[in-house]
Amino acid sequence: MAAPTVFSDSYVVAKRNIIKIKRVPDLLVFTTLSPIMFVLLFAYVFGGAIDVPGGADADAYREFLMAGIFAQTVIFGATITGAGLAEDIKKGIIDRFRSLPMAPSAVLTGRTISDVANNILVLIVMSLTGLLVGWGIHSSVAEAALGFLLLLIFSYSISWIMAWLGMLVPSVEVFNNATFIVIFPLTFVANTFVPLETLPAPLQTFAEWNPVSAVTQASRELFGNIPEGVPTPDAWPLQHSVVYTLIWSAIFIIVFVPLANLQYQRSTSR
Amino acid sequence: MADAITAQGLVKRYKTVTALDGVDLAVPTGSVLGLLGPNGAGKTTIVRILTTLLQPDAGSATVAGVDVLTRPRDVRRRIGLSGQYAAVDEYLTGFENLDMIGRLYHLGAKRSRARARELLASFRLEDAADRPSKTYSGGMRRRLDLAGALVADPPIIFLDEPTTGLDPRGRTEMWEVIQNLVAGGTTLLLTTQYLEEADLLADDIVVIDHGRIIAQGTADQLKMQVGGERLELTVRDPVTLLRARDLLEPLGVGKAALDEGRRTLLMPISGGAQVLTEALRVLDDAQIGIDDVGLRRPTLDDVFLSLTGHASEEQDAGPEESPPPPPAEPTGPGRHAAAAHESSTGGA
Repeated sequence: MAAPTVFSDSYVVAKRNIIKIKRVPDLLVFTTLSPIMFVLLFAYVFGGAIDVPGGADADAYREFLMAGIFAQTVIFGATITGAGLAEDIKKGIIDRFRSLPMAPSAVLTGRTISDVANNILVLIVMSLTGLLVGWGIHSSVAEAALGFLLLLIFSYSISWIMAWLGMLVPSVEVFNNATFIVIFPLTFVANTFVPLETLPAPLQTFAEWNPVSAVTQASRELFGNIPEGVPTPDAWPLQHSVVYTLIWSAIFIIVFVPLANLQYQRSTSR
Repeated sequence: MADAITAQGLVKRYKTVTALDGVDLAVPTGSVLGLLGPNGAGKTTIVRILTTLLQPDAGSATVAGVDVLTRPRDVRRRIGLSGQYAAVDEYLTGFENLDMIGRLYHLGAKRSRARARELLASFRLEDAADRPSKTYSGGMRRRLDLAGALVADPPIIFLDEPTTGLDPRGRTEMWEVIQNLVAGGTTLLLTTQYLEEADLLADDIVVIDHGRIIAQGTADQLKMQVGGERLELTVRDPVTLLRARDLLEPLGVGKAALDEGRRTLLMPISGGAQVLTEALRVLDDAQIGIDDVGLRRPTLDDVFLSLTGHASEEQDAGPEESPPPPPAEPTGPGRHAAAAHESSTGGA
């Protein structure tokens, strides 16, 4: 139907979800405190034990670490969409939305857009924490902005997978467990927290092609967190990390936007 | 007048269950239809099809003259739905909930705000308007949810078990609200598990079981079919039971059924408490001692027993949720006076 209603309806739904971030203390804690905790834990607990290319001290690790934590956290941020939809279905709120003459896609668009808003907030909090523990951006403003943008685009495409999944599973609990089981290995078997060279061979190959590694590598480069003279790994995805990240984001969007919309049309409270 | 809601031959099947097995409906404009049945009977499935949430496997339906299957969005402009579980966002305030719904009906910012305030006032939620609805009582949430269905002032409203799970007070309040709504000329389709509720609110009642319509008519017609009011009496001494029957039968409107083992007599009557008083006097004069006596009015159970031969509690694996506890209604239609025992006999 008319395009303007998609935008205004999505805005109304997004606003509802953003009010929720404000009102639900758990969500606020999850979104702000846990990233801070992650930065501090990794910087101070693991920092001294992990050698990274270009330096063996804790400062070098902090430079290395931040892009990895950014990537992991925005991916977890994308799960809010799925959990939120699973809950809305259970409570009959999706029934209510579906009985209204609104644009059908607006619920999902509004929902995924609020994940972006949430992730922006998270990135700000984490960046400030990072700056406090000795991380820094050593590139241009434009490059840094591109780095953040890439993280947001990637996580937005993940939000659509989560939207589809959240409407498919029978409950919020199942959704949370399922995503945890997948996201945890996916974000750890990568270059997020340790250099790829330290992984055993089969895992290393997986990690090289893991899109999480690409988005991490790309942000590291764009923030200027890779010391002079450290070579980029040979794997194609890491040589072309920005393009590789965008390819995956596009695939996720192309596949999961229609799937999620189809699933939405079928969803009724259980 | 034209029918506001029509349905022909609705069929819906889930993997192993046939939720709807050919349902026809016609609800005249401005009237109230009560869809009565136990859990899993198919009530919610009907509401979901008519409100465009679910596609039937066969059949057709119109709402406000608009085809539900081919023009769902035009149907949505003309209906309000309030579901089985108060579908309010508990983190939003009452005002924010209604304002959001107004905007999604595309009323515009100004009208949405005004309408939200107006509805909050008329549903006695003004004081709680700016509190997150998480803090509301069950009854308040239901009222807010119902208000949500009325935001765009739609001509046709669907209420799916509007009082299930409410305490007696919340139930009574909800009934008042619905009665006011109906007085304004809105067409209403209401599902309920309670005969009393259908009796009070609906012009016509459709009884549904296992996805089929098993009876249809006004509350009075249905009760007549079930057998109306009955006198139930337990004598102290079993040998007096026959004599009691002979004395009481002239007061009733049909033959009395005896259960010798339980020393119980069950007899259809009309005239309620007066007959009860008279019966007690007659038995007293004859010096027949009684342990227990009461009036029994038909309940949903009786309707089901007489129409289907099985009790309404008998569950099947329908798509609907597990049953809420039955209402503990002090003024309910069940047993009056002193009778507090169970009777499993359906009719005289």
